[in-house]
Amino acid sequence: MLAKIYITLKKDVLDPQGSVIANSLKSLGFNNIEDVRQGKYIEIKLDSENEESANKQINEMCEKLLANLVIEDYKVEIN
Amino acid sequence: MKSHVIVFPGSNCDRDVAVAIKNISGHQPQMVWHKETSIDKSDLIVVPGGFSYGDYLRCGAMASTSPIMQDVVKKAKEGVPVMGICNGFQILIESGLLDGALMRNSSLSFICRDILIKPKNQSSVFTKKTQVAKMPIAHNEGNFFVTSEQLKKIRDNDQIAFQYCDENGNVSEHSNPNGSLENIAGILNENKNVLGMMPHPERAAELAHGCEDGKTIFESILN
Repeated sequence: MLAKIYITLKKDVLDPQGSVIANSLKSLGFNNIEDVRQGKYIEIKLDSENEESANKQINEMCEKLLANLVIEDYKVEIN
Repeated sequence: MKSHVIVFPGSNCDRDVAVAIKNISGHQPQMVWHKETSIDKSDLIVVPGGFSYGDYLRCGAMASTSPIMQDVVKKAKEGVPVMGICNGFQILIESGLLDGALMRNSSLSFICRDILIKPKNQSSVFTKKTQVAKMPIAHNEGNFFVTSEQLKKIRDNDQIAFQYCDENGNVSEHSNPNGSLENIAGILNENKNVLGMMPHPERAAELAHGCEDGKTIFESILN
């Protein structure tokens, strides 16, 4: 099973890297940029009986190590 | 007096801390490799600065899962003084001993220069001898953040150890090098026996460093 994990800063946490990327894109002529948020993408291959148990395990991994829940949100997709 | 300095792959301030402790207390601290699982009876455990595990994933995240950290957390909960400097602060946050998060500096630059700090909590075992003090910072991720509920909690419980200030001790936006919330340079845990701070007192601890202000923090714990 393959889990895809997207980790981004929470909405109310300032993302200075995102702001700099937005400015650079605007300077390249992409004038319709409204907002840029930068984050991390992690893929985990795991041997799991079913999607439900994989999901439970991946969520535990996110909470224990992969994301810092004080400043970050995460989203998990499993295929 | 028995002290211990934890060493991770990528620690680079471990020996500086050991020299400062030796000079100030007269006792040689014991270096403890991160693969060890327990620390002897200790009067002070220091988690030093550096780039443990190359700052992979998040600064301090990998080191917080090292075998020795289970015993550091246990000892901290038993009341042993534990001090994390710079990357050590990041490791203590990631191990759950301290609140908050250390984000990328608001300027997006690595900052390496002298700054001034002053204690907010003036009675803890770490802060009671320090006034306005000069010492270096050297970090890319020192921008302290906590949720508004956590901020209220650490304020109400007098857990703010140090704040960045100017030479007159004024805490202002101008004296904030990295965007930290409320100019926070260091915090304490609820029981005040765990300190995390971004500035490096061990790099301002003898005349050859150009400044000795950092000594006051070690003197406070060691004597």
